[in-house]
Amino acid sequence: MSAFTALVRRDVALATRRGGEAALTLGFFVITIALFPFGVGPDPELLGRIAAGIIWVTALLAAIVSLDRLFRQDLEDGSLDLLALSPMPLELVVLAKCLAHWLVTGLPVTLLAPVMGMMLQLDPEAYAPLIIGLALGTPALSLVGAIGASLVLGARRGGALIGLLVLPLYIPVLIFGISAVEAALAGLPVLPHILIEGAVLVVSLPLAAFAGAGALRLAMD
Amino acid sequence: MDPDSRNPALIAQSLSCERGGRHLFAGLDFALAPGDALVLRGPNASGKSSLLRVLAGLLEPTEGQVLWHGKDTREDPADWRRSLAFLGHGTALKPQFSVGDNLGFWSRFEQASRTPAEALEAVGLSHLADLPASMLSAGQQRRLALARLAARPGGCWLMDEPTVTLDAASVEQLSAMIAQHRAEGGIAILATHEDLAVENAAVLTLGVRS
Amino acid sequence: MPSLLHSLASPARFQRISAHVFPWAAVLATGLIGCGLVWALVFVPPDYQQGDTVRVMYVHVPAAWMSMFCYAVMAVLSVSFLIWKHALADLAARASAPIGAAFTTVALITGSLWGKPTWGTYWEWDARLTSVLVLFFLYLGHMALSNAFDDRERGGRAAAILAVVGAINLPIIKFSVEWWNTLHQPASVLRMDGPTIHSSMLWPLLVMAAGFTAFYVVLLLIRIRSELMARRIEVLQRHRAAEGA
Repeated sequence: MSAFTALVRRDVALATRRGGEAALTLGFFVITIALFPFGVGPDPELLGRIAAGIIWVTALLAAIVSLDRLFRQDLEDGSLDLLALSPMPLELVVLAKCLAHWLVTGLPVTLLAPVMGMMLQLDPEAYAPLIIGLALGTPALSLVGAIGASLVLGARRGGALIGLLVLPLYIPVLIFGISAVEAALAGLPVLPHILIEGAVLVVSLPLAAFAGAGALRLAMD
Repeated sequence: MDPDSRNPALIAQSLSCERGGRHLFAGLDFALAPGDALVLRGPNASGKSSLLRVLAGLLEPTEGQVLWHGKDTREDPADWRRSLAFLGHGTALKPQFSVGDNLGFWSRFEQASRTPAEALEAVGLSHLADLPASMLSAGQQRRLALARLAARPGGCWLMDEPTVTLDAASVEQLSAMIAQHRAEGGIAILATHEDLAVENAAVLTLGVRS
Repeated sequence: MPSLLHSLASPARFQRISAHVFPWAAVLATGLIGCGLVWALVFVPPDYQQGDTVRVMYVHVPAAWMSMFCYAVMAVLSVSFLIWKHALADLAARASAPIGAAFTTVALITGSLWGKPTWGTYWEWDARLTSVLVLFFLYLGHMALSNAFDDRERGGRAAAILAVVGAINLPIIKFSVEWWNTLHQPASVLRMDGPTIHSSMLWPLLVMAAGFTAFYVVLLLIRIRSELMARRIEVLQRHRAAEGA
């Protein structure tokens, strides 16, 4: 597994360098959330009611923003050929890159979510399901996003396409994440929602590995 | 070279390749034993790069197969990939990383047998190890890419235009590197326009239309 | 050029077969849709609750069925293209996408027109309608991706992978939308088609559905044939360019 960890570490290091995606994505996440009070007004009651929805939808968008560069740079500088020629299966290469993407986007978003919740007057009951939901949902966003990012390699206007391809596929992640919060607020059991969110993540793992590797082979052809 | 007298490690059998409805080559056969070299020649777009990519396993041949120590490299690629070092058009370098970190990553990822320091020594870049890769000239970047191969002696090197952007002294260094690699039992297959001194190399000329 | 012959061999057979199938499908489509429309608009009694507005159903429901049917066909064709690399499967899958998107559009428009008198609004976030909307997005993505490459073959294979991923996701999406909808069930929603549909309504509905399917076959054949001709023109143009050099 040392090739796997080497790749994860390289991608994390690349994204956290000055001008890397990590800081940009987080900035995007915070600024976009800060726009909502301007858009709907600062009424604490209204904000509190839609806070979880705002955070979740913005987390989806933040995942999209950094996807375009997930494979593109490696394709352009020839790294992708070498990644594909390693004894490690290309499917694992895709998963390593997804893990790195999550570590620099989904994980910080999850950790920042309580702060954002505070600013948006989120109900105290909602914090735990929101954060657990994000912790399970954001890896799925990276995985499903990787399918889109690998499919648009070599396409004209690739970056703009990713959102169109991936956002509809994000809907289940969003719905089960939010429904956990709603259940908590309604005093209903949260666990079923969390379990289904986890199931979505489990389904995304092989889907991203195989579809992503197939699309990468296509891009290198 | 006579594949029967010595034990060939790499065998290409009736390889054909077609790109965008155009035949690049068809029915290519060759066998290379440890220490052998093969130089691919031919005009631009004659299929040299495609042949290297087919051999590496990045491109699917229309017909034929590549055997490494008797195993089909498509069916059973593990051994082949462990022995293979590929140099394409790109340098696979990240400008944000230092020279040493760039090579260090590939050495860890490809599980190279030589240390990055030894490989940098072989291409004469040891003194620049701590510089960001973005500071290097095009020729130096190419040498750094070659260091990745130098870190993996003994297997099969596939090189696409390795001399591009290299100065005369570096080209000489490269021929010495290839000679040493072959002396250690390695195989080298390279596509090149230029007169890179590769002794006793077989030459395969592509792009001769039937 | 054996490779060119190989790639044209099955399309040539397709041309022959389609020439036989096409007139039958066209007659069938016209006849079934004509009969179904007259039946549904004139002979079926009005609904005791919704009155004459219920007749929108005879277009809306078959269109919604077809929108899902087209995606399923596309997914099956895409799988066979990815596994057996059959050029015709790619062609048919890509030709299906805009047809499916058109059926989806019809389902959305008729659904919203139906919604106005029954719900009092043109758009209700009802589980069925929302699922159809998401399906529409999936079609848009598929069409955008398959046309985003300069190399036609690349676009076809990328779109095929997307279609398979979409087909695997579709049940999950549908399930999630229904889940979401039960959480937010508004009290005023009328069920569009309850489980107890009277046979006087069911039969014309089935006739319309069969007519729509035949119509799909007609459109599909037209699209594949024109695409084949476009490719032939491209080959000829390439030939001319090569001779010019």
